[in-house]
Amino acid sequence: MNSLKLAKKIRINCIKMVNLGKSSHIGSALSIVDILSVLYGGILNFDPKKPLNEERDRFILSKGHAGVAVYATLAEVGFFSTEVLKTHCQNGSKLSGHVSHKDVPGVEFSTGSLGHGLPVACGIAMAGKIAESSFNVYVLLGDGELDEGSNWEAMMFASHHKLNNLTVIIDRNNLQSITTTDKTLNLEPLEAKLMSFGMDVSVVDGHDHIELYESLKTKSEKPKLIIANTTKGKGVSFMENSVDWHYKTPLGVYFDRAIQEINESSL
Amino acid sequence: MRDGFVTALKKLLHSDKNVIILTGDLGFGIFDEIIVDYPEQFINVGISEQNMIGLAAGLALENKKVFVYSIGNFPTLRCLEQIRNDACYHDLNINIVSMGIGFSYGALGNSHHATEDLAIMRSLPNITIFSPISNFDAEYITTHAVKTPGVVYIRLDKSYLKKYKGNELCSFGNSLRIINGSKVTIFSIGGILEEVLSAVNLLSNKNINPTVIAFTKIKPIDEKIVIEEAKKGNFIVTVEEGNLCGGFGSAVLEVLEKNNASFKRVLRLGIKDKFISEVGSQEYLRDICGLSAKGIEFSISNFLQGIN
Repeated sequence: MNSLKLAKKIRINCIKMVNLGKSSHIGSALSIVDILSVLYGGILNFDPKKPLNEERDRFILSKGHAGVAVYATLAEVGFFSTEVLKTHCQNGSKLSGHVSHKDVPGVEFSTGSLGHGLPVACGIAMAGKIAESSFNVYVLLGDGELDEGSNWEAMMFASHHKLNNLTVIIDRNNLQSITTTDKTLNLEPLEAKLMSFGMDVSVVDGHDHIELYESLKTKSEKPKLIIANTTKGKGVSFMENSVDWHYKTPLGVYFDRAIQEINESSL
Repeated sequence: MRDGFVTALKKLLHSDKNVIILTGDLGFGIFDEIIVDYPEQFINVGISEQNMIGLAAGLALENKKVFVYSIGNFPTLRCLEQIRNDACYHDLNINIVSMGIGFSYGALGNSHHATEDLAIMRSLPNITIFSPISNFDAEYITTHAVKTPGVVYIRLDKSYLKKYKGNELCSFGNSLRIINGSKVTIFSIGGILEEVLSAVNLLSNKNINPTVIAFTKIKPIDEKIVIEEAKKGNFIVTVEEGNLCGGFGSAVLEVLEKNNASFKRVLRLGIKDKFISEVGSQEYLRDICGLSAKGIEFSISNFLQGIN
């Protein structure tokens, strides 16, 4: 599927899901939609009919609060019906606010507390190396999430053990829970920091599908790390770069406008 | 007990390529042979316990049978959320081994007293918890941990019953009736059993002859034997080298409550919800907490006198 078309469908689903489920984190979800679209639209090796196929590439969403985007992506690429998305965050649903693997085909690992995904991805990558398997492991982190020390422990491990079957993607939208990453704990110089940890670092526009695709396709001797510069709330003008939409639910006119803007956006 | 663990681990690494041991940079000397003989199954992950449990989860997701080794509170409290979310929630084959339970590292100070781990780890779903009582027991439990579904937590004590050789004393991963007595039943766990047995000797001079049962598996606990003893109308005493708040004694009370068992009285001996800042050996600190043989004997005598 064309990744741009996929992205549009995922965005629409995300807005509908948080609206119906009266849930949060829509800004965080919209921030990663293009990354997910490129991953599931042309990078990852997967078979929705065999979600646990040995050969599959493994993807972990470490910023679990953006779970709606993963659920929507998995449904759109055929792991389960898009009808299931309507239950998100409602009583009896399988689709919790933070991404969960229980009874959700395609979700490799449950997260929600930050700083958990990368160590687990390193463990999977290590197992792949030991077994000389061909699969790759992808893990998507938020930039605010880098405040968690466990990520830096894991990066030291990844580079020490030359886990070049591992790709870490940082959703660099510059916003975290309360304010900007700069005002919270300044991450800069981020690229230099990550390089000094032994990662093969590249910086791309996280909404440019061609740039994303090309950097994801590049092979490396080292574990790869892609800083994807993104806009929180991407695709809905009043949500973009706004920390409010980390929490707010689009209802009424906000919902209508969000859907309209995404529908009218060019591919 | 560490020897028993290492003996079993070597056999497991030898017989199954999928067994992997991670250490958080601890166990100086004990892994020397393993590093040489099974280099691909041993990883020193460095001093990074959060990463260690995450790695273990990733490896276990790929069907590895993972052991994680460190000391004291490091492989438990330091990375508790990783154990809860990554290991237990995903119900993975991860076997956490902590050396130095209770006051094993007494003189090293409060940071090295593993005295709340049992209460905290016990509260996690999908976990099985063992406190071996002898070297052979530790070996048996380690061997069987990989076959136990979900997460396993093995608590190795520096002290253990040394007078028993080979498999003379093995609980086979459950509970073990060590002395058959009358009127009083002592339930004990881990290395402090040595103090309990000495206390029983002292009590016999006063014509008190308790039954002694060691619980190696603390979760899920052997409910049958708890109820059996309660039904006899015996006074029940629990002994643990850990905080009383939520620990082994609490587990026994939970069994009595859950089964609506009638029982006479329960006395729980352990650390009375405080940190120990005094400096000294395991024996010294046990004594301070009333958990030496004499302390246990004194408490049980007083308890029985108070009742009579």
